[in-house]
Amino acid sequence: MSYFLIAARSIMLLPFLRNIKGRPFVLAVPLLWTLLFFVIPFGIVLKISFSESIYGAPPYGAMIEWLNDVTMSIRINFSSYLFLFQDNLYVKSYVSSLGLAGFATLICLFIGYPMAYGISQAPLKWRLPLLLMVILPFWTSFLIRIYAWVGILGHNGPINSLLLNLHLIDAPLTLLNNNFAVCIGLVYAYLPFMILPLYTVFEKMDSALLEAAADLGARPFLTFLKVTLPLSTSGIIIGSMLVFIPAVGEFVIPELLGGSDNLMIGKVLWTEFFNNRDWPVASAIAICLLILLVLPMIVFQRLQMRKS
Amino acid sequence: MRAKKSRLILMVIGFGYAFLYLPIMMLIVFSFNESRLVTVWSRFSTKWYYELLHNQSILKAAWVSLQVAIISATIAVIVGTLAAIVITRFKSLRGRTLFNGLLTAPMVMPDVITGLALLLLFVALEQSPFWPFSRGISTITIAHTTLAIAYVVVIITSRLAEFDRSLEEAALDLGAHPMMVFFRITLPLITPSLIAGWLLAFTISLDDVVIASFVSGAGSTTLPMIVFSSVRWGVTPQINALATIIVSLVTLGVIIAGLLINRQQRLERILNRNGR
Repeated sequence: MSYFLIAARSIMLLPFLRNIKGRPFVLAVPLLWTLLFFVIPFGIVLKISFSESIYGAPPYGAMIEWLNDVTMSIRINFSSYLFLFQDNLYVKSYVSSLGLAGFATLICLFIGYPMAYGISQAPLKWRLPLLLMVILPFWTSFLIRIYAWVGILGHNGPINSLLLNLHLIDAPLTLLNNNFAVCIGLVYAYLPFMILPLYTVFEKMDSALLEAAADLGARPFLTFLKVTLPLSTSGIIIGSMLVFIPAVGEFVIPELLGGSDNLMIGKVLWTEFFNNRDWPVASAIAICLLILLVLPMIVFQRLQMRKS
Repeated sequence: MRAKKSRLILMVIGFGYAFLYLPIMMLIVFSFNESRLVTVWSRFSTKWYYELLHNQSILKAAWVSLQVAIISATIAVIVGTLAAIVITRFKSLRGRTLFNGLLTAPMVMPDVITGLALLLLFVALEQSPFWPFSRGISTITIAHTTLAIAYVVVIITSRLAEFDRSLEEAALDLGAHPMMVFFRITLPLITPSLIAGWLLAFTISLDDVVIASFVSGAGSTTLPMIVFSSVRWGVTPQINALATIIVSLVTLGVIIAGLLINRQQRLERILNRNGR
């Protein structure tokens, strides 16, 4: 037995450790962590979104003020929210974020679905390597993978030089700094999140069902529509949520590939916070984004819980 | 008909992998390019690697990132394991679903929101006299831990839910203290998921730029923050060299992990065959 184990055992036998109530301790640590670093922060965001924007540090007004020893005044200020709805920019950004994320999710589904199916049908010894190859890019730096597209889509990039050399175009196309580039970036970054849940579903699927459908005379397309597709619904939903939810609030991709005209809400929030230093408006943007995403998040959680 | 269908699927798979890998290949190839232009090939050279390894700010940031990643992954595994025990074992606890939801929510939360919320918390805490941390490495570590706990909880919960509890029950019946049962039986059984969770938490921390930018102070810069600020102003071959190093390390790690999983599966198959 190693010294480490002996040491661990003797520590465990110390009487005071025996007296620690195990269960409350096990519950308390993660509970306190999530309350302090997740629940309370959102309370603060909510509070600041109802505060007044002032010039100072921190740049928001106090909400509760003691006028004298007994009278307390609570000031709730809706101006940040009103501002969001008055200025066209914010509504537009929400709409364009949802649209771009939705479109990217669809493309991920169109590429990811056949890929996941193909991997699940591959010979057994090929499945693990193929799957690892899907996960591998996820382990490399996200930032660097997005950065790679800056070079590829640029004016001197390989796509433009290829098209120019083939004389298909006369002048380089503008592929970068627009919604097209953002969409490519989103699909590229989140495709593995679509493939993995779909693969799990396909792997569990009973191939006897497909054979039965074929034996009973169903055409392949009908079999797909009536058997494969319904059986893979949970994978489609989980995969779509895993792509859609983070894509809506994405900041890095629109910042690097979208150019200055791009309006994605994550970028707008960042600008509001860091450049304009308007914390109440930034908080209000975050709260509205949360409200937009809460429904898909609940659906996702439900499916996750049902699975486990 | 069947052959045509499988050829179509093969084409999509080929296209998919090309889409995933060509951009990374391009980064690697152009990291050995002598020219400053990252898209026009001139001559083979390793000068960007030389410059990278002598770039003090990048080296310093890499050290900061490494510290943050190791500490946050370790805390995340400890807290995440406790949380997973609560979720799978405390069946009578009310609000277990809510508890699980709160812990895993950062996984799907947009980074800008998590970053903003945590920064506002740290700013508020700084006004209290009991808060020991100023904004910097420690706050980035706390933020990354919170994010990583979500992933660790998911991994370890699924492992704890599927394994055979009779071993634990046998030990308890024989009079072992619950803590002893945990350290001698449960922990060794879930070690592979602990390692997987730690590695995932480590990568997530090394990968994050948005949350770190929100919660970091003036003096502390992580590697992704440096990379982000330099690629924001255009392409730089030094970053290509850095990418190549990261990709090679990760590929090596994944190949080793793959071989290990493969060997274990083969062992299990042999054991099963002998058992029958």
